[in-house]
Amino acid sequence: MTEETLLSIENLKVHFPLKTRGFSAPKSFVHAVDGIDLKIAKGKTFGIVGESGSGKTTTALAVMRLVPITSGAITLGDQRLDRLEGEELRRARRHMQIIFQDPYSSLNPRVRAGAIVREPMDLMDVGEKSEREDLVAELFRQVGLRPEQQALFPHQFSGGQRQRIGVARALASQPDLVVCDEPVSALDVAIQAQIINLLRKLQAELGLTYLFISHDLGVVQYICDDIAVMYLGKIVEMGDRISLFKEPLHPYTWALLSAVPSADPALRDRADRIRLQGDPPSPIDPPPGCGFASRCPFSQALCTMEAPQLRTIRTGHSVACHFVSDDGVPPQRKI
Amino acid sequence: MGRNDMSEQANSQIQAASPSFETEVDILTIEHPLREAARMFARNKAAVGGLILLVGILILTLVVPFFYTVDPFDLVWAPLSPPGTENAPFGTDYLGRDILAGIVHGGSATLAVGASAALLAVVIGLSVGSLAGYYGGWVDEVLMRITEFFQVLPTLLFAMVIVALFRPSVATVAFAIGVVSWTAVARLARSEFLRIRSLDYIKAARSISSSNRRIIWLVILPNAMPPLVVQATLAVGGAILFEAGLSFLGLSDPNVMSWGFMIGSSRDYLMDAWWTVTIPGIFIFLTVLSVSLIGDGLNDATNPKLRER
Repeated sequence: MTEETLLSIENLKVHFPLKTRGFSAPKSFVHAVDGIDLKIAKGKTFGIVGESGSGKTTTALAVMRLVPITSGAITLGDQRLDRLEGEELRRARRHMQIIFQDPYSSLNPRVRAGAIVREPMDLMDVGEKSEREDLVAELFRQVGLRPEQQALFPHQFSGGQRQRIGVARALASQPDLVVCDEPVSALDVAIQAQIINLLRKLQAELGLTYLFISHDLGVVQYICDDIAVMYLGKIVEMGDRISLFKEPLHPYTWALLSAVPSADPALRDRADRIRLQGDPPSPIDPPPGCGFASRCPFSQALCTMEAPQLRTIRTGHSVACHFVSDDGVPPQRKI
Repeated sequence: MGRNDMSEQANSQIQAASPSFETEVDILTIEHPLREAARMFARNKAAVGGLILLVGILILTLVVPFFYTVDPFDLVWAPLSPPGTENAPFGTDYLGRDILAGIVHGGSATLAVGASAALLAVVIGLSVGSLAGYYGGWVDEVLMRITEFFQVLPTLLFAMVIVALFRPSVATVAFAIGVVSWTAVARLARSEFLRIRSLDYIKAARSISSSNRRIIWLVILPNAMPPLVVQATLAVGGAILFEAGLSFLGLSDPNVMSWGFMIGSSRDYLMDAWWTVTIPGIFIFLTVLSVSLIGDGLNDATNPKLRER
């Protein structure tokens, strides 16, 4: 690939210590993110999908340096984010911003909308002081709000409008990377479309790079260029949109795709649908083999003993499964 | 793409539908937050009533003493004269001291003790609670054990010990009350900080590189204020009552007249001369009530969510 890489993550691990009584050192950890690698090209949208607890949001927060990183490297541009501390980290935050899932809890209810958007500029020295008022007004216009609405408090806006304020705040520091942590999951479907289209428009106008976290495959298919599927803190499959949705290789991706509700009876009753039973194993003591083995219809003895590595099947499409053949044939159902 | 068209359509529909709602919002006059809060407060009848009552009490205890110069310790008339007696409109106590003079001159001590004890309680409680709630971990562990230590002490006994160790004076009584009553504020502040700390707008604040200090003071504290304001006003009322209790037990400066002191010194005569304890009691009641009403009103006025849309 000739594209310039903006964000690269190497072997990222985030383990949370379990709360222990008193002052003793924690004995066990929640393996929220357990060694993932990915690269995002400048100006592209990279999606991470997975069910609740798969570690996708933790990945987003780790990139934002909002949770402690256990090990691994995160590089934004030419800067090692994971090594920054204190003042350096504060300066670097300008280049990465985040849009949160819940527009009701992500805006400080005591601060007026204009001040919410202006605050990042004041804290991170964006532009000249005298320009900032105009910059804020311009941002309001860009995200589809009217500049007069700056004086209102968050509770005076609707959910979609609040999310627009969240987008404006994220853009206030003129970042390169915007992490979108399920930015539309809490919104009505009609509003979802507005916000998604807004994000696409802003990407085209400002050349933004998105790390887009979602559990909604429809949204991901619509907005993302590349997609990684996470399960139990690991990436099980990664590929460009077309290849991943047309020819899913990992049984879990397949299961996710067959879980998308459909009004079309032909799709709904397809014989090769995989219906998952049960829950993922606990991330506190993840199993030694493949994390998906306990729910996978194709699992064999090998799967519970050895963890499959992510391997590239074709350009831009890789999978972590023992039984995907090297020429890209997914595991077949035994009759 | 069909999907795209559909969303565009939805987009335009929603934009077409929204103006009526938005103009409605803009009718709200945009004014300074403090002015807005003052306006909200003024609309709250109970709070305004409380404020008027408190102003009246402050005038009575701070201004009236200059005009009603009878010394509250002077013997002015026959002991236990009922209210309405010549020279002693509120009657006299068992030594013949003027009760009106006691009310007028004793109020300032009561109010001073109440206010400064509550202030001390809020300062200690807020510092301990906010640090424990915000930082969590071992900071929380240590601070909460200390809080529990103060919580399990019998408060009245502990305050009595402090007052007895030092010479009883307005300052020591206020200190003793403050030291025994900050735990409720600390617990409340901690729980509020714990709750707010985990909200997304704190993550947002951190991601726009706010310092811990900024987050604690400018982001979390204003949002934690409503219950804390109410708690603080309750603390004022509680401190006034506590002072009355200590005075009742004889643990106050015997050279300073206060409402609690009046009740304490006349308690043996309650059956024969109700006015000696009832009149100062009514003034304590009115003071605590006015402060609580104001606290409630402040809470409502400073909470943007409760404002009309």
